[in-house]
Amino acid sequence: MTSGTAEMLSSTLTDPQPLTIAGREFRSRLMVGTGKYASNAQMIDAIEASGAEVVTVAVRRVDLDRSKDEAILHHLDPDHFFLLANTAGCFNAADAIRYARLARAAGFNEWVKLEVIGDQQTLLPDTTGLLQATQTLSDEGFKVLAYTNDDLITALKLEQAGAVAVMPLASPIGSGLGMLNPYAIRTIKQRLSVPVIVDAGVGTASDACIVMEQGVDGILMNTGIAAAKDPVRMAAAMKLAVESGRHAYLAGRMPRREVAVPSSPTTGMLESRS
Amino acid sequence: MGTEVFEAEIALTVNGAERRIPTGWTLADLLSSLELDPRVVVVERNGAILRDRSSFASIPLAADDALEIVHFVGGG
Repeated sequence: MTSGTAEMLSSTLTDPQPLTIAGREFRSRLMVGTGKYASNAQMIDAIEASGAEVVTVAVRRVDLDRSKDEAILHHLDPDHFFLLANTAGCFNAADAIRYARLARAAGFNEWVKLEVIGDQQTLLPDTTGLLQATQTLSDEGFKVLAYTNDDLITALKLEQAGAVAVMPLASPIGSGLGMLNPYAIRTIKQRLSVPVIVDAGVGTASDACIVMEQGVDGILMNTGIAAAKDPVRMAAAMKLAVESGRHAYLAGRMPRREVAVPSSPTTGMLESRS
Repeated sequence: MGTEVFEAEIALTVNGAERRIPTGWTLADLLSSLELDPRVVVVERNGAILRDRSSFASIPLAADDALEIVHFVGGG
């Protein structure tokens, strides 16, 4: 390979535009959660293997009995990762707003992955509460990344309410069912101006790849990595899958056809003997 | 015996459970007794977030205060 070819290849394989949210550039389109790992060491190894810069964390009461080594800041270097606090576990706007404010007071940034959950069994969002909390927090200067369902109208309203990114689900949190409605995800991406980060439901690398092939700006996942038999290897697979899906989207896929089209020449064939 | 003023205690609520602390303790005293690093926790007192950590040593705790001490844990 000549150096010219190598340069061409390397420039082709570079994402021409890094993920940018609210004017901040991120080094990876893959964001990862920090929950459900067998150990803190495994979590750190998996995050490193994923190449993610944005890592989500939850806000919880300190366990005053100190029975667990649970404070994540004792393990994660906040200078190396961008900490994105979530409001997981909040079932109404007021609680989510309170958790977001507590998270901001930790002093790292004013970003929040906003969740307002509407149903215990499916963990689907309460979109009314979500819109209300998005508006309030955006007005207070928060950078709101809103976890929502795959409904276009809600996504448009979230953008209007000030969300800096909209995060539709691929399928319910922790389900690993992959993307249930590619049409809805594509439509949301096509209609919104703010970045679209698919959050929740990715179960394996092919799920991540297919999500990125829809043209969305990124993916956030936790269980898909943490619940794998080998989380560190799955994290590496997810990194490749997200990059692969992004390249495939940028490359532009061939049209689908209902008939076969030969790849080899149809001329120059020998006389058939039958 | 045991009833001197300097041994007086007050009762307050910390993370949903009642605790008794010596009268006159500041928030910094409480965090120190719990072996908590103020830099990695956020404290809400009676519903108001205390954003200025440097003020913890000058915040006296009062009877019936309700404190929430939170931090970041693993989550998705």
